[in-house]
Amino acid sequence: MRAKYIATTFYIVFLLVPIYWLINMSFKTTNEILGTFSVYPIEFTLENYATIFTDPTWYMGYVNSIIYTAMNTTLSVAVALPAAYAFSRYSFRGDKHLFFWLLTNRMAPAAVFALPFFQLYSAIGLFDTHLAVALAHTLFNIPLAVWILEGFMSGVPKELDETAYIDGHSFGGFFVKIFIPTIAAGIGVAAFFCFMFSWIELLLAKTLTAVVAKPIAATMTRTASTSGYELGLLAAAGVLTIIPGAIVIYFVRNYIAKGFALGRV
Amino acid sequence: MARITLDGMRHSYSPTPSGDDDYALKRLDLEWSDGGAYALLGPSGCGKSTLLNVISGLLRPSEGRILFDDEDITGLPPDRRNIAQVFQFPVIYDTMTVRENLEFPLRNRGLPSNVARQRAIEIAELLELSDILDQRAAGLTADGKQKISLGRGLVREDVAAILFDEPLTVIDPHLKWQLRSKLKELHQRVQRTMIYVTHDQTEALTFADRVVVMNDGNVVQIGTPSELFEAPHHTFVGYFIGSPGMNVMPCDVRGGQAFFAGDPIETTNANLVKEGATGLELGIRPEFVSFAEKGLEVRVVRVRDAGRSQVIDTERAGTIIRLLLLEGVEVPAETARIAFDSKRTRVYADGWLVE
Amino acid sequence: MNKTENQRGWFFVLPVLLLVAFNAIIPLMTVVNYSVQETFGNNEFFWAGVIWFEDMLQSERFHNALLRQILFTGIILLIEIPLGVAVALTMPRQGPWVSVCLVLMALPLLIPFNVVGAIWNIFALPDIGLLGRGLNELGIDYNFTRQVGSAWFTIILMDVWHWTSLVVLLAYAGLVSIPEAYYQAARIDAASHWAIFRYIQLPKLKRVLTIAVLLRFMDSFNIYTEVFVLTGGGPGNATTLLSIDLDKIALGQFDLGPAAAMSLIYFLIILVFSWIFYTIMMRNEAQ
Repeated sequence: MRAKYIATTFYIVFLLVPIYWLINMSFKTTNEILGTFSVYPIEFTLENYATIFTDPTWYMGYVNSIIYTAMNTTLSVAVALPAAYAFSRYSFRGDKHLFFWLLTNRMAPAAVFALPFFQLYSAIGLFDTHLAVALAHTLFNIPLAVWILEGFMSGVPKELDETAYIDGHSFGGFFVKIFIPTIAAGIGVAAFFCFMFSWIELLLAKTLTAVVAKPIAATMTRTASTSGYELGLLAAAGVLTIIPGAIVIYFVRNYIAKGFALGRV
Repeated sequence: MARITLDGMRHSYSPTPSGDDDYALKRLDLEWSDGGAYALLGPSGCGKSTLLNVISGLLRPSEGRILFDDEDITGLPPDRRNIAQVFQFPVIYDTMTVRENLEFPLRNRGLPSNVARQRAIEIAELLELSDILDQRAAGLTADGKQKISLGRGLVREDVAAILFDEPLTVIDPHLKWQLRSKLKELHQRVQRTMIYVTHDQTEALTFADRVVVMNDGNVVQIGTPSELFEAPHHTFVGYFIGSPGMNVMPCDVRGGQAFFAGDPIETTNANLVKEGATGLELGIRPEFVSFAEKGLEVRVVRVRDAGRSQVIDTERAGTIIRLLLLEGVEVPAETARIAFDSKRTRVYADGWLVE
Repeated sequence: MNKTENQRGWFFVLPVLLLVAFNAIIPLMTVVNYSVQETFGNNEFFWAGVIWFEDMLQSERFHNALLRQILFTGIILLIEIPLGVAVALTMPRQGPWVSVCLVLMALPLLIPFNVVGAIWNIFALPDIGLLGRGLNELGIDYNFTRQVGSAWFTIILMDVWHWTSLVVLLAYAGLVSIPEAYYQAARIDAASHWAIFRYIQLPKLKRVLTIAVLLRFMDSFNIYTEVFVLTGGGPGNATTLLSIDLDKIALGQFDLGPAAAMSLIYFLIILVFSWIFYTIMMRNEAQ
């Protein structure tokens, strides 16, 4: 291997070692973890995973997380599309200020909003629902989606729109049949980032749910505190949270470089 | 200054080429003489950029050698080859000033500071960049940036050849001709070999002393602009050069005489056609076809106004034959007879001129 | 792009505006409300003016948390930005390994924050974690649950592990967007590797890096879950960063007034810094 790639290789190894350790732990019993120290499972066991797949409190956690993440991604991208189009094509009074204000929400510390969100969503009766988390996450995902989509849309020349109108398309027809396919990569990227930030966020997801819509992250923290350290189970749960992310990255791998360009780089 | 020779050159982008089709450049044996102004002309994908990159060293050919003045430089990297290249879009160092851009290639090669400075000033004057020498290069217009790219090539005295890869692509149309004439003027002053790749025949024909026409990885013909126009060696050359291109019609040759749609046509080379030759065609440029009392019977299909001239489409036996006449000349309405200038009519077999 | 003047634009942004405003304005108003009132329990509120703000701005606890936060953010920026750029520079740009590298590098970015904390918890435990046990075997006295130095070392290492890839991916995107012709011209100009970096790559990276610094600054200033799961803010207060401190005050002690005041001050700090970065970034883009 060329010397040039050594830095990259070391970096990737650095990234993978803790993950390997997690996987290692997930196949051990808690007794073995606390008792012996080994780099591989001496007594390989699947009981941790079995527990997760058979106990509803566990697997529902995953289901819940996937539900609200999917809801949020769809919602964020859907409303961001027309807004991004407006920012890209039109100039209207206050547009730059509005754009900046949107971005400031991305900067907000979740901790600041935890308590107010708790009160707000309880007040409107959405406490402990998937919708609540999906809506709460739009606070930072919508600005991000708008920013990314606007970047991609600005890369599409206005002549495309004008040609479509000359060809007799209505605005709706043009938008759906012509424009959206053109920025498909941008939509993929925006959806990826929305998924990513919603999937990994814990504080608000935990605050706004109790039992019904509890995300997997909350179940995991409960385990760590109440029944002592069930490390093997925790590790298995952790491994399973990495898998959806890995799958998503795999699907968008060709767009990652393009995506991080955000159309603006 | 150098003579550039390509010996047995072939290039394929695939590591394991199987057939002829896998080669972007088919077998080439070419010689470019010292100080000439050449154009590499051809449609997109014909291999001209590949050839240029082989010459500059940015691409290593799969087969063959390249020699500068009899010295084999096939293995040498671009910076050791005494060439300069101007790319399709302006490549400049944005953070530097114009002066620093021009001095850059010399400083990298270890030339003393004052020498580099002096050369940069000389070249800037040649290119009419003197009054913006200390401006940041990033702020210039596209044609200014291309001039800087060119300048970085001219600044090195050891440059044997300057290669241009469709350099006027991003230049505004009304500035194109200005830059083009500047390039021609520069060539005359500087007397270095210049190879100019383009798909635009006007650019090629006005810039070059000799034009290399390429198609599908092959060199089809090399000649001066007038040779290419008057005596195309291949129907492709006839069709690609001139506007409108050469008329090509299928024909038979019997007993040393060419026939089109049953009528005999006088040509310069029908007698040279071998027995059993296939794919026979007649080629004649629209400029050399005229309406006449006696001649081939045709049906007039369309008359197009092309400014100072008119293009007339006529039809016989399913083939369109075009005429190019001055505006104002009378055009018969429905049927007419046309005659070909026999000294300009030639027979082609499978596209190639019969000789 | 020449935008057309069209007030119809407001209709297009209306859904976005409503949703974000709902989530942003109402809670913010609530926070402002609490920040200027005092309660003695029993749901009775009295106007308190700016006392909470004064208290908070003068409180040593707040200063300490702020200092810890600034230290943390400063350190990780100094590590992650150069490291990210270095890795991006050495990554392959073509060929089958590119996808592999990108996918593997992006992996830490998609792990839920609490799992990140859990991974490092398991990894760094002094007796049963690979890192913890390893360091102790090497003779280093390492225990992140008991020692301040170890705790700080671990949270920094965790953040670098977690987020450097973001910088790598951004820098990589910037690098691959440089057309090959620039490198070709540089070869013809006999430019050295250093010259190529300085005159071709670095200028291109400047824009990307501004985004990277902005994002990392904001997110690291807001960091909560990973650190909380790993150290709980300890040992003692050693790793109690701003968000964790706020959480302790708000949800732990239910001191709504001070918590609200702190929230606003916190938010304002980020806003000011971010606005500065954003303006610099926009000015760079306009050039």
